[in-house]
Amino acid sequence: MTMLKEGRPTAPQAVNDADTIPATATGNRALMLEEALIFEIGSTDTTGVDFADAPKVASRLGNLARTDGIGLPGLSEQETVRHYTRLSRQNYAIDLGLFPLGSCTMKHNPRLNEKVARMPGFADIHPLQPQSTVQGALAVIHELAAWLVTLTGMHSVAMSPKAGAHGELCGLLAIRAALEARGDARSVILVPESAHGTNPATAAFCGYKVEDIPATPDGRVDLEALKARLGPDVAAVMITNPNTCGLFERDMKTISDAVHAAGAFVYCDGANFNAIVGRVRPGDLGVDAMHINLHKTFSTPHGGGGPGSGPVVLSEALTPFAPLPFVEKQGDGFALVEEETADEHHASSFGRMVAFHGQMGMFTRALTYILSHGADGLRQVAEDAVLNANYVLRSLDDVLDAPFGGSGPCMHEALFSDKGLADGFTTLDIAKGLIDEGFHPMTMYFPLVVHGAMLVEPTETESKAALDQFILALRSLANRAKAGDEALKGAPYFAPRRRLDETLAARKPVLTWTEPALAQAAE
Amino acid sequence: MRYLPLTDTDRQEMLSVIGASSIDDLFVDVPAEARLSGQIEGLPDHASELAVERHMAALARKNLSAGEAPFFLGAGAYKHHVPASVDHLIQRGEFLTAYTPYQPEIAQGTLQVLFEFQTQVARLLGCDVANASMYDGSTACWEAIGMARRITKRGKALLSSGLHPHYVSVANTMAKFTGDVLEHESPTLDAATDIDALIASIDKDTSCVVVQYPDILGRIADLTPLADAAHAVGALLVAVVTEPVALGAIKAPGHMGADIVVGEGQSIGVGLQFGGPYLGLFACKQKYVRQMPGRLCGETLDASGKRGFVLTLSTREQHIRREKATSNICTNSGLCALAFSIHMTLLGEKGLRELAVLNHGLAVQAADRLAQVPGVTLLNDSFFNEFTLILSKDARDVVRALADKGVLAGVSLGRLFPTAPEIGNGLVVAVTETVTPEDIETLAKALEEELA
Repeated sequence: MTMLKEGRPTAPQAVNDADTIPATATGNRALMLEEALIFEIGSTDTTGVDFADAPKVASRLGNLARTDGIGLPGLSEQETVRHYTRLSRQNYAIDLGLFPLGSCTMKHNPRLNEKVARMPGFADIHPLQPQSTVQGALAVIHELAAWLVTLTGMHSVAMSPKAGAHGELCGLLAIRAALEARGDARSVILVPESAHGTNPATAAFCGYKVEDIPATPDGRVDLEALKARLGPDVAAVMITNPNTCGLFERDMKTISDAVHAAGAFVYCDGANFNAIVGRVRPGDLGVDAMHINLHKTFSTPHGGGGPGSGPVVLSEALTPFAPLPFVEKQGDGFALVEEETADEHHASSFGRMVAFHGQMGMFTRALTYILSHGADGLRQVAEDAVLNANYVLRSLDDVLDAPFGGSGPCMHEALFSDKGLADGFTTLDIAKGLIDEGFHPMTMYFPLVVHGAMLVEPTETESKAALDQFILALRSLANRAKAGDEALKGAPYFAPRRRLDETLAARKPVLTWTEPALAQAAE
Repeated sequence: MRYLPLTDTDRQEMLSVIGASSIDDLFVDVPAEARLSGQIEGLPDHASELAVERHMAALARKNLSAGEAPFFLGAGAYKHHVPASVDHLIQRGEFLTAYTPYQPEIAQGTLQVLFEFQTQVARLLGCDVANASMYDGSTACWEAIGMARRITKRGKALLSSGLHPHYVSVANTMAKFTGDVLEHESPTLDAATDIDALIASIDKDTSCVVVQYPDILGRIADLTPLADAAHAVGALLVAVVTEPVALGAIKAPGHMGADIVVGEGQSIGVGLQFGGPYLGLFACKQKYVRQMPGRLCGETLDASGKRGFVLTLSTREQHIRREKATSNICTNSGLCALAFSIHMTLLGEKGLRELAVLNHGLAVQAADRLAQVPGVTLLNDSFFNEFTLILSKDARDVVRALADKGVLAGVSLGRLFPTAPEIGNGLVVAVTETVTPEDIETLAKALEEELA
């Protein structure tokens, strides 16, 4: 026997053409692993959890024992970890790169916030424990509330709303309660055309008729049209400021004065508070109610679709109508004012919006973030957010149409339109092209007042280097779309999936998994 | 400031690209009188990670956490053991720091999880379809009442006296503004539920009957006769489940005729967290799917024919339909849905059934032991892991006194129903797998001393 001297190849051999990349037998591509559904890989007699033996007792389930097969597959712990780890790798996330979704404020989520929220003193307390045993939790709510009130220059804050849209509901219910208290039932809410869809949906949910307010050519509320429409039937005006075009409503104070003079209230959608935190107080602009998305401005993670948290700051006029429960300082400690004591303290409250006391897990994270930044840091947040957006705007307005770019600087987000793209090329093509370039696309086709809108919100937590790379990518895509590069219409090529057929999904909805044999039989 | 990457040099370079001389130039649209010249007074400056952690830890220490004491609270929020891998997995940045999956090609992780979650929830609740989550059980319950109104075009809902009082309060708040008529009474301390009374109250104006299962006092009743009575006059049955672990042991509401089943999913994967964030479960019959609120994930194909998932039926939703949407909900409880789904996958049907049997067994032992304490009577004939004790004095005082002794005894009916003093001696006690025989003995002894 002789020893082989050849060894393994240590330099790559020439490959002719990238097009000859072969398919794999598994469908996997190295680190990009396909993952089947738990219903396809698990079984109902597998479990990843061990329990102590149950005491032997005679059942007292009222003769209602569940005897059917539930159909819930289990996996061992190792398979479970692998299933969700593999799935996680099919997601884009702020931890991977710039996530410029306009109006969504996808900023870095500091991990100290996660650590604090998991302290047993916060994570492992029951909402109905005696108040003597949760004084620290009530202190957190009180301390966060004080920050929110001070930062916004408002009178009070309702902490319990579960998300931004729930906060809108809270604000409009307070307004409606205030109007009813003075015997002045009104029926209409005015909403700008550029508003988030939640605004008209919320107004309708509260039983109001919704009317649009037109925008001026420079992307702001048409003050004269608004004034002309104000009247005794108008309950409130809902305004987003900075608005969804990324612009500050210069006439906000004039608008508020006119609305108040007409006996109505001003609701401000605070989704874009990040642009002005520490530099402008909505209370100085005449706002009566504004929700604050803690998952935007105050960095609580969005988690792929929530949980959010939407505390609502209120003016003095609306404070008496705020929902239950709320936290009050009493002597050396804190008290939770609930239905039992509300009559003495808070008889005009419009009532309870949610079981328990709101998103405590988000309160601890937001307060941790606020204390980390402090007053000086929060002011810097707004400045850097606005600086980053203007840098993107001015670095791209020579290749992309910026409909309001001529009217001055933007706030925290840069808005472009699809004007000037080659025939047949759309905002969607640019968005999908960005995916191949390694970025999450911007918000697209919103706001509705701009054709093929592309709304870019970089946030303050992006470095100049990250912005420069994003600008490079978007500039390249804009040029390709203007030149009519057909390849762009096939993007994305490198994502876990190519473009997905949303029409098919809606026409024949498959919302739950069915065993293939049963699915076939049903056809 | 550790979260802000721009340097002063960067800022200067960027300003010159923009053509501005200072940051203030970028805020010119803010009227001068509304522009703050310096930072807001009375607030502290930034702080180190260590300093912030110390401050927050000091606040956390002022709370008595559930793990530190014999613990028996339930009433809509339950302490269960959550396997370590659940929290590890939900903290993967690709889940934690993603947004709502608006770009499905790079959100298949979140979307597949939602599709699996919807299937798990539908099967657990015994329904055809489920959505991708609501804020919590109480708001899901209200949305179900609104959905029943849209389907039946009737405005009167009957709420069972066994429905969680916070859920009733939320519905009452909303009804003031939508014009729905809600009929509801506080519960009485009977072993039997109010099903017969509800059946007698159903009429042709009834949009839906809302019943909790097991109810706020822990009682379990067959919902089939109620579903039949509702359907006979064209009304819907809405069932509310605040303890989903129970459905590993008792029949699913959907299998007893409920048209819409909503629930609080907190028990599985989410944790107590002082009341939020929690997880609203929402499921219904297939024929009502287009009236559902909230996000739905559906299966489809991509351009190369591979299976994939997208958000679908969005013509129900606010971002498309605006004022005509079925709900104003946008952000929901995605990460809590992930936690629920992972925990449920770890359990599987086998584990869920074992967990349910363990809960019930311990609860039966506890109920029998506590009923031996002088001055304590057990209300329930039937229960899962939660039951009501009638004490010889006001339960609210007893709960406070026991908390001072380091025992978290349960939830008093006085806290839950402050306007019904006649049931103030009731104490709702939950017993999950986290309760030990020693805990039960400690509670029994403490009650004995307090009631002596």
